[in-house]
Amino acid sequence: MPETLPIDSVGLVTPQTIHFDQPLTLQCGKVLPEYDLIYETYGQLNSDASNAVLICHALSGHHHAAGFHSMDEKKPGWWDSCIGPGKPIDTSRFFVVSLNNLGGCHGSTGPTSINPDTNAPYGPEFPVVTVKDWVVSQARLADKLGIQQWAAVIGGSLGGMQALQWSIDYPERINNAVIIASTPKLTAQNIAFNEVARKAITSDPSFHDGRYFEHDTIPKKGLMLARMVGHITYLSDAAMGEKFGRDMRNKAFKFGYDVEFEVESYLNYQGERFSENFDANTYLLMTRALDYFDPAKDYDGELKNALTKALCKFMVISFSTDWRFSPERSEILVDELIKADKHVSYTEIDAPHGHDAFLIPTPRYMDVFSAFMNRVAKECC
Amino acid sequence: MRADLKIIEQWVQPKSNVLDVGCGDGTLLEHLQNNKQVKGYGLEISASNITSCINKGVNVLEQNLDAKGLSNFQSNRFDTVIMTQALQALRQPDVMLDEMLRLGKECIVTFPNFAYWRTRFYLMRKGRMPISEALPYTWYNTPNIHLCTFKDFEALCVQKNIHILDRTVVDREHQDRWFIHMWPNMLGEIAIYRITR
Repeated sequence: MPETLPIDSVGLVTPQTIHFDQPLTLQCGKVLPEYDLIYETYGQLNSDASNAVLICHALSGHHHAAGFHSMDEKKPGWWDSCIGPGKPIDTSRFFVVSLNNLGGCHGSTGPTSINPDTNAPYGPEFPVVTVKDWVVSQARLADKLGIQQWAAVIGGSLGGMQALQWSIDYPERINNAVIIASTPKLTAQNIAFNEVARKAITSDPSFHDGRYFEHDTIPKKGLMLARMVGHITYLSDAAMGEKFGRDMRNKAFKFGYDVEFEVESYLNYQGERFSENFDANTYLLMTRALDYFDPAKDYDGELKNALTKALCKFMVISFSTDWRFSPERSEILVDELIKADKHVSYTEIDAPHGHDAFLIPTPRYMDVFSAFMNRVAKECC
Repeated sequence: MRADLKIIEQWVQPKSNVLDVGCGDGTLLEHLQNNKQVKGYGLEISASNITSCINKGVNVLEQNLDAKGLSNFQSNRFDTVIMTQALQALRQPDVMLDEMLRLGKECIVTFPNFAYWRTRFYLMRKGRMPISEALPYTWYNTPNIHLCTFKDFEALCVQKNIHILDRTVVDREHQDRWFIHMWPNMLGEIAIYRITR
C-alpha cells in the first residue's frame, strides 16, 4: 500500500466499461450478440487523437496496466514499470488505453458473464475467441474512443501477438508495433505446456465440464497446477536459483512430501493466489488463443506474405534467458519482416529473468524501449 | 560527419536500398537517410550503439555477425552493402566479403592499413604490436583479429574475382591527401574500397 503515490505513477485510476450492441462474428463462426469491454486510460488524448497507444495484455493479464485503483491497493497495475510519466510509455506524451480482452474474467464479457439468451453464466458455452477476434473488438473500442489510428500498439508475449495481428489486419490504423518477448506462432513445446495446463484444469473433479458454477464450486486445484506449470516456464533456471536456490523451510529433511523447499512454497503460494482470482474457462480460452495464433496460416503459411500489407514500423525485443518464447522465435519474425521489406528494429536484451523479463525494468530494456517511444512521439504526436 | 563517411556518401545512389554491416551508432545511415533518402537496415552488436541507432531513427538489428553471418538476407536484396572498420574484427572476413557481395550489387569496405608507415616503424623500433589511434588496443584485448594491408586486401580481391570499382586511401583524420596516392600501402592509414562481383 503506497502512503503517497510515486512521482512516476499514473496515480489513481478508475476502470471504465463500454457496452457494444453491434453483434460480433467470431473466427469460430459463432456470434456474440452484444458484449462489454472494460478498460483503463492514462494520460490525455490530444486534439487530433494522434498520441493514442494501445496496450495488449498477455495470458492472464487484464485492463489494470498501471497506477493504483485505491490507496489500499498493494501492487500497481501489471506493467507499471513501463507506463507513467518519464517511463518508456510516457503518459505525459501518450494517451494510453489498456483493456481486458473478450473472454477475460476481469470485467469484459467472458465465460463468467451472463449469457443474455439463457440468463445464466456462459461458462463453457462462451465461444473460443482468437487474437484476430480481439483485434476486431479493440478496433471497435478505438472507434468509440475517437481514435482513428494508434501511434503504437504494444504488447508482450500474447500481447505482442495482438500487436502483430493489428499490423496485418488494420495497416492504416497503426503507426508502430512494439512486439516484446513474443513469437509469430507457438512451437510444439509451447502448445504442450498449454495442454498440460488445460489438462490440469479439466481433470479436476470440481471442473464439471466447465459448469462448476452450477455446482457452486471451482476447479481450484486444477487452476493452481496450471499456474504452477506456467510459472515455471516464465522464469529462468538462474532466476529461480537466485531467488530460492535449494533453501529449505526447515534445516533438516523431513523425508516426506509436504512442502520443504522454498521454491515449492513459492509455487504453491502463486498457484493458490491465482486460483482465487482467475476463471478456469478463461484460462482454457486464453491458452487456446495462444495455440491458434498463426497469422501466416491464411497466406499459404508464408509469414512474409501476411506481413506484406503492413505499413507500420516494428520494434521487436527479446530476452536472452526467455525459453518460453526464446530470442530465436523473435528472430524468425524479424527475418520475415526483412523479407517483406518492412521498417524493423530488433534487439535481444541480456536479462536473467526468463520470459517475465518483459515486465521488469532492467536499464538496457528501459533505454531501448524509451528510445523507440521517443521516436514514436516525435513522428506521431 | 567523418570524412570517410562523406566519401562513402558519394558512392551511394539516392533512394537506394542500403545495408550497413556493423553500423555503429547509426551516424552514416542517419546521414544517408536524410540526404539521400535511402532505405535500409544497420546491423550492430553493441547495446549502447543499438540504442543510439533507435534514437536516430535508424532501423537497427542486433546481430552477431560471427555467429549468424548474413544468412537472414536474400541474395541481391540491396543496392549497396557497407562495412566500415569492422572487417578486421570478424572471424571470417573472407567469407563475409562473399556474403556482402551476395546481398549487394556493390559493396563499400573500409579498414585500417596495417602496412601504414607509422605501424611499420612502431613494430620495427619497439618490436611490439603497434598501438595507434587507428588501432588503440593491446594484442590480447583487441577486437581486431584479422588485420591486413592494402596489398593483402587487393590480393584477396584478385583471388576471389572481386572487381575494385574505386579505391581511396585517407589519413587518420580521414582526409584524402595527394601524396598518399604516391605510395598508398605505406602512406595510407585507412582504406576505402568500392567493390563488385
